[in-house]
Amino acid sequence: MTAGTAPRRRAGQGRTPWLIAPLAAVAVAYVALPFAALLQRAPWTDLDDLVGQPVVTDALRLSITTALAATAVSLVIGVPLAWVLARGHLPGRSATRALITLPMVLPPVVGGAALLFAFGRRGLLGGPVYESTGLLLPYSVWGVVAANTFVAMPFLVLTVESGLRAADQRYEDAAATLGASRWTILRRVTLPHAGPSIVAGAVLCWARALGEFGATVTFAGNLQGRTQTMPLAVFLALESDRDAAIALSLVLMAVSLAVLLPLRDRWLTG
Amino acid sequence: MIRPPPLALALTLAVILALDATGCSPEVGRGNAGEGGGAGITVAAAASLTDAFTELVAAFGAPVELDFGPSSSLREQLLAGAPADVFAPADRSSMDAVVAAGVASDPRDFATNQLQIVVPAGNRAGVSGLADFADAGRLLGLCAEEVPCGRFARQALSNAGVNPVVDTNEPDVRALLTKVEAGELDAGIVYRSDVLAAGDTVEGVDLPADAGVTTSYPIATLAGSHHPDDAAAFVAYVLSDEGRAILAAHGFGPP
Repeated sequence: MTAGTAPRRRAGQGRTPWLIAPLAAVAVAYVALPFAALLQRAPWTDLDDLVGQPVVTDALRLSITTALAATAVSLVIGVPLAWVLARGHLPGRSATRALITLPMVLPPVVGGAALLFAFGRRGLLGGPVYESTGLLLPYSVWGVVAANTFVAMPFLVLTVESGLRAADQRYEDAAATLGASRWTILRRVTLPHAGPSIVAGAVLCWARALGEFGATVTFAGNLQGRTQTMPLAVFLALESDRDAAIALSLVLMAVSLAVLLPLRDRWLTG
Repeated sequence: MIRPPPLALALTLAVILALDATGCSPEVGRGNAGEGGGAGITVAAAASLTDAFTELVAAFGAPVELDFGPSSSLREQLLAGAPADVFAPADRSSMDAVVAAGVASDPRDFATNQLQIVVPAGNRAGVSGLADFADAGRLLGLCAEEVPCGRFARQALSNAGVNPVVDTNEPDVRALLTKVEAGELDAGIVYRSDVLAAGDTVEGVDLPADAGVTTSYPIATLAGSHHPDDAAAFVAYVLSDEGRAILAAHGFGPP
C-alpha cells in the first residue's frame, strides 16, 4: 500500500491511463453519494441542541480517548508482530497472519462474545483473575479499549507488515556490513523506512476503533460516561430519534475528517 | 481528486465504519417478499418473539421469511420503506407510529408478556427482588431506555420505588439475556418468555403483582404488501386458538 507513494510522484500527474480516471471517479461517487444523502437529511437547524447534550460530549470524549488508547496498544504490540511476520523466520507464520486477520472477518459482535469468554468474569483468563483480584475488564473503560484493540489491531499489523516487505532490505544488509548492531539497524534503518506504513496503519487502526460498535457493546456493555462510545450512542439514538442519530454520525465523521485530512500532508507525502 | 492509496483507504474505511455504527446492517437483505416473486411473505417481528414465531411459522405451513430485531429498529426500517408484509412489535407505540404513517392499518393485540428478573442458574449473588437493583455491589444490567424492555423495566422499578444502579444498558433484550446466561451479570430484567426460552442456564424471579408491568404485542398487515391475502392469513393464524397455544407454550399470555 505504502509502496505506491514514491512511484506516484515520479510518474507525474499528467500521464494517467485513460480508463483509470473514470473508474476512480465512480469509486469516489459511490462513497460520496451516501454521505451527500446523509447531509441532505441532517437536521441542520437543531444541530447545536442535539450535539451539545452531555450524552454526546461524554460519548465523543470516550470514543476519541479509547480509540487513541487502542492505537497506542496496537503500536506497542502490533509493530513488533508486523516485524516478525515480515522479517522473522518462525514456523507457522502464515497461520499467525491468518489468526491475526480473523478479527477483521469475524462479525464484531462475535468477537465481543469471544472476548467475554476469554476475559469476562467467568472467562478462561478473566475468571481466575477476577476470583483472585476482583479486577474485571467488562463494564469498564478498559473493556472498551480491549474491544477496540482486538478489532482494530489487524489493520495496523497488516499495513506495517506490507510496508516492511516493500522496504529494500539491502539497506539493512549494508548497515550490518558496516557493523551496525541489530538494534541500531531496527531503529535507524528499518523503522524510518517503515515510517509511512506505521503512520498509515495507526490511522487505519484509530479510524476502525473510532467506529467500533459490535465488540464494544458485547464485551464492555453500554453505560453513559463509562462505556458508551459514539457508535453506541448513535445506535440507541436511532431507536428513539433518527435526527439525533444523524447529528451524532455527522459529529463522528467531522472528527475523523478533522484528524485524517491534515495527517495526509504532514506525514504521508514526506 | 485521486488520493494516495493509504489515506484514501483510511478515509473510505472511516466513513464506512461511521455508517456501520448506525447499526442494523445484518437486516438489510430482506428476502424477496417485496419483489412479488411468490416466495412467501416477510414478517418483521420483535426480537422477543424469535422462538415463538419460528415455531408458529413452522406450524403455519406456507413459506414465511422472519425478520427479527428490536421493535424500534424494525419500526424505523418500515417507516423508511423496507418491504415487509406483517409487523409484530413488542409495544403499542412502535405500532402506533407505523399506523400513523399509513404503513400499517387495523392492528390487533395478539399476546401479552410480563417482566421477570433473570439471574444466572444458581443465583450466586442472591438476587431476590427489585430492591437488589439499587445495589452497586452487584453486576446489574437493564435494556436501554430507548427500547421497550428497558422502558418497561424502569417503569416497574419506579413503581417499586427503586432507583437502579446498573453497569450496562443493553441495546436489546437478547443481548441482556446473553450476558446473564454467561454469568457476566448477576441480574437483569427481561420478559418472562425470554427466561423460559433460555432454559436451564438462567432462573426467573417473579416481580410483585403491584410492580408488574404487562406489555401488549400488536400485529398488523402492512399497506405495501405484495401478498395481502397471505399476510392476512398469517395474522389470522397468529390470532387463532392454535396460534395462541403456541404463544402460551413460550410464556406469552392471552391479549
